[in-house]
Amino acid sequence: MAEIFWGVIWPVIVLAAATVAIVVPLLLAVAYLTYAERKIIAAMQLRQGPMFVGPYGLLQPIADGLKLFFKETVVPTRANKGVFVLAPMITFILALIGWAVIPFGDGLVLADINVGVLYLFAVSSLGVYGIVMAGWASNSRYAFLGALRSSAQMVSYEISMGLIIINVLMTAGSLNLSEIVRAQAEHGWYALWHFPMFMIFLVSIIAETNRLPFDLPEDEASLVTGYNVEYSSMTFALFFLGEYANMILMSAIATILFLGGWLPPLEMAPFTWIPGPVWFFLKVAAVLFVYIWARATLPRYRYDQLMRLGWKVFLPLSLAWIVLTSAVLVFLDLAP
Amino acid sequence: MSEREIRTFSVNFGPQHPAAHGVLRLVLEMDGEVVERADPHIGLLHRGTEKLIEYRPYLQNIPYFDRLDYVSMMCQEHSYVLAVEKLLGITPPPRAQYIRVLFCEITRILNHLLNITTMALDIGAMTPLLWGFEQREKLMEFYEEVSGARMHANYFRFGGVNRDLPPGLEARIAEWCDQFEPFMDDLETLLTENRIFKQRTVDIGVVTAEQALAWGFSGPMLRASGIAWDLRKAQPYEVYEELDFDIPVGRHGDCYDRYLVRMQEMRESVRIIRQCLERMPEGPVRVPNHKVTPPSRHEMKRSMEALIHHFKLYTEGIHVPKGEVYVATENPKGEFGVYLVSDGTNRPYRCKIRSPGYVHLQALDMMCRGHQLADTVAIIGSLDIVFGEIDR
Repeated sequence: MAEIFWGVIWPVIVLAAATVAIVVPLLLAVAYLTYAERKIIAAMQLRQGPMFVGPYGLLQPIADGLKLFFKETVVPTRANKGVFVLAPMITFILALIGWAVIPFGDGLVLADINVGVLYLFAVSSLGVYGIVMAGWASNSRYAFLGALRSSAQMVSYEISMGLIIINVLMTAGSLNLSEIVRAQAEHGWYALWHFPMFMIFLVSIIAETNRLPFDLPEDEASLVTGYNVEYSSMTFALFFLGEYANMILMSAIATILFLGGWLPPLEMAPFTWIPGPVWFFLKVAAVLFVYIWARATLPRYRYDQLMRLGWKVFLPLSLAWIVLTSAVLVFLDLAP
Repeated sequence: MSEREIRTFSVNFGPQHPAAHGVLRLVLEMDGEVVERADPHIGLLHRGTEKLIEYRPYLQNIPYFDRLDYVSMMCQEHSYVLAVEKLLGITPPPRAQYIRVLFCEITRILNHLLNITTMALDIGAMTPLLWGFEQREKLMEFYEEVSGARMHANYFRFGGVNRDLPPGLEARIAEWCDQFEPFMDDLETLLTENRIFKQRTVDIGVVTAEQALAWGFSGPMLRASGIAWDLRKAQPYEVYEELDFDIPVGRHGDCYDRYLVRMQEMRESVRIIRQCLERMPEGPVRVPNHKVTPPSRHEMKRSMEALIHHFKLYTEGIHVPKGEVYVATENPKGEFGVYLVSDGTNRPYRCKIRSPGYVHLQALDMMCRGHQLADTVAIIGSLDIVFGEIDR
């Protein structure tokens, strides 16, 4: 009995506890990301933002969540019911499982696998299925157009993202996310070495998560929120949570690949006092701020303009940078 | 590959749609993202204003004009009041004329702020709307100070305005002007040179000068196409002749030019407001003819004659001499005309309203064809349509 307990059950318990320890704070972070977004945008727009639920409106996200939870799920008559309900679940689950390989600190990672980058890439590529299925199953033209736009957009931007990541992989010499961060302790942050790529990566993750100025799939003005137009209550909440969890995930990836993960900005006394996970959190928050900032400032791209930016600007640029990086690594004999 | 027939599909854009600016129902024939045909449907906000006007005494009709285009209220009162004055053959005293011009220009800014910022919102920029609404709020307070209402003012009267400006208002408006110009500069930093905004508006919905004339455009829509036609200059009414202002004219007739023309018009309006405040003479704000305007309260207590005038005015109303008249003013949206037929009684026999939005909306199909769905939204935004006046 004891063998079975220590050999099988105990690891499962540990794993489950670790998963809960990641997912619960993550959902809280999602809730308070919406709060932060509303407050920051409000400040930029000379407003107050949520003020009434709790002190400074701090309980607003909880109230919103409860409201959505208690509402009735309306399934349109002409919708394909199974797919309709499945789609938000896929989006939400995919937004969560990516976190399995994210190192929050040195060794603080659920699954320290050697193909972490590929895993993340695979998970984020699957994300488009949730949206396409939602758009198709809703049987609404707005939702359908939104899903079409979304699939084209996510596929295009994943290509340039993939090419950008190749630069990082070549420089770090590993696909393991923790190793990439450790390599940055040696080389310095890759945001410095690959600065243009970092910028393109920032833009691409905004496009990848369908946020303004690239929120065409849910284009409020012409598509009435696009693929999720028919969704309500908890099914809508899952899309919403998934979108924000994806934002945080993408920010975390940007932090790990370019901003040195849990490393302090300088290996000096006042900075090293602060523990790694706190640095990680601060960096993710900074990237998230860029998201929100862009949303408050910029108008929205048109569909074809977005495609042009992805294929005609980002793709050649990142390809050229790969050639440059590999040339430098090979000829200066720096390759790891 | 075998040849296949490509089927277009139709999208019902509105009447409940965030970018429909009210109750526009637009049936779009789409080929993928490209609009093949745009078919605007009207009538969802029809209230029969023109018919209602025939059953009310002249004075009671002024509030209907506030409610046509509910973002350029006083400008529409202006057309109607001018039409009745023309039939009556009276001219308001100079102070009243200046007050009217002052508030017409305030209304123009109110309208353009709403239009530009909602167009920006349709294109995806949220912040201009919120910034613009703060300024609109300040302007609506001026409305409130003179008329008691923030929007539906009912302030203009035949032969003048309802009452004089409250003390200190002129100084407050001047103060507002000083802070509005920096605000305009701020607003422009968000939009004018923004690359995404330009990509979304430049060369979108192009209307050539000939097309603009053929479709009966007026106002900023016409001027953006390069025709310098402004009723304030072309056939000046009130005191516009004495004021110094320019007419901004576009060159390409696209959404971006229409945006620029409106932005510049706001700056010109501030210029006009400043001049009005500077030159505004002292004196009465209504003609002393008590067949048209009520006598003062003070007079009524003393004079039987005045009491009779007051009674007749508010029971029977004004009798307007027989005749027909068409008066058009330069509204924020374009030429707003009132065609009034009087049969000599206290009620209009017929009142035909020419609303600029109605004329602009019919060109929507021409402007949208071949553009993408997202452009349709930008074009509707740049048309500056308000359904209150289109459906009447």
